[in-house]
Amino acid sequence: MELNELLNQVNRIFIDVLDNPDIKLSLSTTAADIDEWDSLTHIQLVVAIEKHFQLRFTAKEIQSWNNVGEMLVCIKEKKYATATA
Amino acid sequence: MKDFYQLKKNLKNDFSGLKDVKVALLGDSATQFLTIALRGVGFDYGFNLDIWEADFNQIERQVFDAESELFKFDANFIIIFFSSHKLLSKYNKISSANTSTFAKSQLELIETIYHTLILKNPKANIILYNLNEIDDAVFGNFANKLESSFLFQLRLLNCELLRLANKYPNLHLVDLSSIQNLIGKNAFYQSSIYVNTDMVLSINALPLIAARCLDLIAAINGQIKKCVILDLDNTLWGGVIGDDGLENIHIGSLGIGKAYTEFQYWLKKLKNRGIILAVCSKNTEAIAKEVFTNHPEMVLKLEDISVFIANWDNKVNNIRHIQSILNIGFDSMVFLDDNPFERNLVRENISNIIVPELPEDPAEYLEYLYTLNLFETVTFSVEDLERTKLYQIESQRKEFQNHFVNEDSFLEQLNMYSLVQAFNKFNTPRVAQLSQRSNQFNLRTVRYTETDIEHISQSDNYFTLSFTLEDKFGDNGLICVIILKKEATATLFIDTWFMSCRVLKRGMENFVLNTIVELAKQQHFTMLKAEYIPTKKNDLVKNHYADLGFEKIDDYYFLNVLNYQSRKCFIQNKTITEGFKYGIK
Repeated sequence: MELNELLNQVNRIFIDVLDNPDIKLSLSTTAADIDEWDSLTHIQLVVAIEKHFQLRFTAKEIQSWNNVGEMLVCIKEKKYATATA
Repeated sequence: MKDFYQLKKNLKNDFSGLKDVKVALLGDSATQFLTIALRGVGFDYGFNLDIWEADFNQIERQVFDAESELFKFDANFIIIFFSSHKLLSKYNKISSANTSTFAKSQLELIETIYHTLILKNPKANIILYNLNEIDDAVFGNFANKLESSFLFQLRLLNCELLRLANKYPNLHLVDLSSIQNLIGKNAFYQSSIYVNTDMVLSINALPLIAARCLDLIAAINGQIKKCVILDLDNTLWGGVIGDDGLENIHIGSLGIGKAYTEFQYWLKKLKNRGIILAVCSKNTEAIAKEVFTNHPEMVLKLEDISVFIANWDNKVNNIRHIQSILNIGFDSMVFLDDNPFERNLVRENISNIIVPELPEDPAEYLEYLYTLNLFETVTFSVEDLERTKLYQIESQRKEFQNHFVNEDSFLEQLNMYSLVQAFNKFNTPRVAQLSQRSNQFNLRTVRYTETDIEHISQSDNYFTLSFTLEDKFGDNGLICVIILKKEATATLFIDTWFMSCRVLKRGMENFVLNTIVELAKQQHFTMLKAEYIPTKKNDLVKNHYADLGFEKIDDYYFLNVLNYQSRKCFIQNKTITEGFKYGIK
C-alpha cells in the first residue's frame, strides 16, 4: 500500500469527521493548517482511523506525529508491515 | 443506533421548536465528548438540551460553592459523573486503615452532594452514573471476600447507590455498569484515549450512554411507553395456529418453544408493572383465543390482554381501533410482529408508533428487546398493577352504554362517586405519576415529580385537590388533579388541571369545577384565573375553559365565582373527614 493511497483514505476520514469537504491533505499537512483540527478532534480522528483500518494506536503514537505523513507511516507500519515483508 | 460521528452532525440541525431542557454536567474526568453525544441524542429524542459543562474535575468545587456557575445556571437536570477509574485512583491514595470504609465515605460525599444540590436547586432532578465494574486484580477472586479490596468496595458502593436512589424520588441512576456489561469493557474504555485526554468513556460507548441518559430525561418529561401490541403466530408462539393446530405450535420447555415461553414471561412482567398488552393478529378470533384458554404451556392468559383483536382486516386499521379504545398516543405504543411486511405497513401508516425490527431468530427476540430499553419509567405505583383490569372494565362500561339512547340516563345509571382529597403522603406517588403520564387532558403540561408535589402540598401558597372516580363497574382510582395557586387576595390561579383520559365524557369536568368554586368561595376568593398552554398533544382541551363558561382576556381565562351556577353532573361526593379535605391548614 502506497502512502498516497493511504492519504486518499485518510483524507476522506478527515472530511467526514471534521465535516469540511474542502480539506485537502498532503504528507506535510499539520494541525496548524486545518482550523477544525484541535486536540479534541484529533482524538475523534484517531478513533475513526482506527476503526477504518481496524488497528489500535498506542497512547504514545497518538501524540507523536508531527504531520500527516508521519501518521500515514505509522498506519502503514502497523497495518501492512507483515504483508510487504 | 447512530455512532458518535453521526450524533456530532446532529448538532448542525435546527433545534428550534424542540423542548428546551437545561442540563448541568459535572464529571471527575473530561466530559466534552459526552456533552456532544448528549446533545446529539437529545435532538433525536425531540429535546434541545442546553448543556452547561463544568470544567474538568470540578464537582465538589461547583456543588459546595453557593455562588457557583452551576447554581446560577439553574438546571432542570444535574448529571454527576464520578467514574470508576477516578475512584480507583482515589482508593490507591488512601491509607490501608481506611480501605474498608472507603465506599462508606464515598457514599457520604455523594449524599451530601445530593442534599446540597437539592437545597439550592429544589426543582432539579439529579442524575448519578453508577460505577462500571473494574478490578485492580490485586487479590483475584479473593477480592470478593475481602472487605478492604477495591472490587469489594466498588460493588458495595454500587449497592448503596441503589438504596440512595430508592430513598430520594428525584435522584436517578444511569446504569453505566449494565452498559459496560452489554458492550464489554474493551469497547467501553480505551486506555490510549484516557491517557491522552483523561476521558474514561470510549467514543464507541458514548451513543449508548447518552441514549440511556435521554431515556430518563424523556420519561421525566412524560415520554413513556404504555402499551405493547402483539402479533400471535411466530411472535407469541412458534408456528401458525390456524394451520398447525393447538398441539403442534411451539411453546413450552422444549427446543425453540423455550424462547417463546421466556418471551411471554417477560411480557407478563411488563403487564404486571402496568404496561397494557393488546393483541392484533390475522386469525379467526375463536381459534386464536383457544390457545390462551386451552394450551397448558401458555404463560399469558386472556385476562392479561386488555384488547384482543383477531380478524382478517389489515393491521393498520386494527391498531387504530385499539388506539381508540385505549385513548393513548401512538407514540406510547410498541408493536411487536415477526413479519417484516406487517412491520413496514404499520410503520409507514402510523407515524410515531414504535416498531422494533425483531431479529429473524425468535431465540434472539428477548436479548434484542433488552437492548432497546423501551420501558423506562420514573414511577411505579399500586395503580400500575391494576391497569389491565381498568381497561377491561372500560370495555364492559362501553357495552353498558350501548343500552342507552340518552347520555344523561346512562351517566345516572352508572352510580358515580368521587373522593375529593388534598394531596397526602398516600396519594403523592400517584399524583406525581399522573403528572408524568397525562398528555391529552392536561391544560398546562407542567410536569411535577414526587418531590415537587410534596413541596406544593406543604406550601401555604397552594390548595391541592385530587379526585377519584368509581362507579357500578369498579373503581378507576385517582384520575384527576388540581393545583390552585393564590395569586392575589381575591384571585386563585389554576396552575394545574389534568385528568386521565380513561374518564372522559362522564361529566367529571363539571364536578371538578363545582368543587373548585366551592373551595374558592369558602376561602373568600372571588375570581378564578386559568391558562391553556398548547402542546402537540393537548388539542382535546383547547376549548376547555371556554366551554366551562370562563371568559378569555388576552392569554388567560377568568371566571367570577360569585355568579357561578353549579354545573349539572351525575357524580356524587364520597364523604370523608372535613378537616382532611382541601389541605386547609
